[in-house]
Amino acid sequence: MTTPRLGKVVDNITDLISFINDGDTLVVPADYGGSPAEAARALVRRGVRKLRLIGGPPSGYVADLLIGAGCVSYLEMPGVILGDFGLAPRFRAWVSAGRLEIRDTTCPAFHTGIQAAQKGLPFMPMRGLIGSDILKNRPEWKVIQNPYEIGKDPIVLIPALVPDVVLFHGMYGDRHGNVWVGKAQEVIGMAQSAKTVIATFEHFFDGDLLEDKHLAPSTISRLYMTASTEARNGAWPVAFGMEYGFDAEHLTRYAQLAKTEEGFSQYLKEFIFSEVTGPEVLT
Amino acid sequence: MTARYTQQELLAVVLARLAEDAESIAVYNTMPIPAAAAFMVLAKRKGDLILSVLGSFKHNKLFTGGIREQYDFCAKGRMDLQFFAGGQIDGQGNINLVGVDGYPVSRIRFSGSFGSALQYYTGRRTILFRVEHSRRVFVPKVDFISAPGTSPEGVFHPGGPIALVTGMCVMQFDRQRVRFTLESVHPGYSVQDVRDATGFDFDCLDEVSMTPEPTSEELHRLRGFARREVAEVYPNFAATAILEESA
Repeated sequence: MTTPRLGKVVDNITDLISFINDGDTLVVPADYGGSPAEAARALVRRGVRKLRLIGGPPSGYVADLLIGAGCVSYLEMPGVILGDFGLAPRFRAWVSAGRLEIRDTTCPAFHTGIQAAQKGLPFMPMRGLIGSDILKNRPEWKVIQNPYEIGKDPIVLIPALVPDVVLFHGMYGDRHGNVWVGKAQEVIGMAQSAKTVIATFEHFFDGDLLEDKHLAPSTISRLYMTASTEARNGAWPVAFGMEYGFDAEHLTRYAQLAKTEEGFSQYLKEFIFSEVTGPEVLT
Repeated sequence: MTARYTQQELLAVVLARLAEDAESIAVYNTMPIPAAAAFMVLAKRKGDLILSVLGSFKHNKLFTGGIREQYDFCAKGRMDLQFFAGGQIDGQGNINLVGVDGYPVSRIRFSGSFGSALQYYTGRRTILFRVEHSRRVFVPKVDFISAPGTSPEGVFHPGGPIALVTGMCVMQFDRQRVRFTLESVHPGYSVQDVRDATGFDFDCLDEVSMTPEPTSEELHRLRGFARREVAEVYPNFAATAILEESA
């Protein structure tokens, strides 16, 4: 018998990220799914290494930051961009220099692998991919004939993707360990597929999210949560739902500095390792 | 005559004309000009359009099931019109969003394939869009196929490219012949300019026309409604690429 995993609320981000170990396969949602930027900065400060980062997808500031800070040894992703602020400079530099093992994928293949894991299945079929170099570079992805079709119909089988850890930023968390994610339903899928699920959240919710008939359907229940903690403006400088937009000034600065190794070091010094970090800027 | 519109405005107008009859339109990551075009269509149709602008809360509201639902919607053949870019695009309509010169270590690395390896196959119609028109973009053969333009008989591939819009011209794509045909050149460019800047072979209409300039009605839709709405996702773009209505 093992103790059932039921989400607990921890006091701070340092405690939260203690659930992430060097070498873990880590999934982080896309910017529109709740970007855990404050937690990522804490990971950089802690000096986590050899993460196998899977963009949940696509990836943005968080992935570029973790890559540039040397936290990632393997990256699997359908794309890394800074949205309106251009391409992801550290990602491009590290990949071009061969400093990072990468596997390119496509967004729906990620979700298909997650869905298979969510259902406890070994794989799930997916359309597309045939004739692409994405498939050519994934020899482990099998192509079979659709067994229900008499004529020729090849289809790709995507293996289940079981992340060691899913880390995201949610809107509300309650004191029972539940976290509300709203329309970011893909994050619910990720949470149900992972071994460990941790989250920062924007606001405390008074009461039990699971007993609120409007909020419960969009809540990741503590059945799946491992730990959560409050972090106001926790997605900054990335936008978060209807709460706040991208910090254009900061991200423009980041995109500029991160073009070079020296500029990125300056960014780390100024915004990650100094006493005053971002979120306060907003309030 | 001095320019009354920016290049981005002309391109948004061109895309909006091509998308005018769409049942549904999808605009994915990092696509400010297609987003502006989609908002122009939305304005013209007075909201009667299935629209998905990625990154927007308001203009993605029809999809309540998160991003996964949007891939499923496209996989079922319900997404009528979408836009894709390419770091490289070749004459067969193959797109490369990954990188140039080598893989996995690429000399030049692009951002990645995103949803293309499903959506380029299953979205009914794709308009390829790239502002830069040069031989480094339009190549004889892409270095990495993120998604192919067409597939051999028997491979599920109901959708595909129908057109290519660049900073210089508009081309049509024939999925049966697997070839582009030059339809119009934008003001200031010639057929020869397009030939010189294109690395793949293409056909020309008997009479290649000049892309019509934006009308005042089109600019009104773009600088009013579209500019306001596009700012939710692309504030930088809205502020710099689209002129103020009074301009």
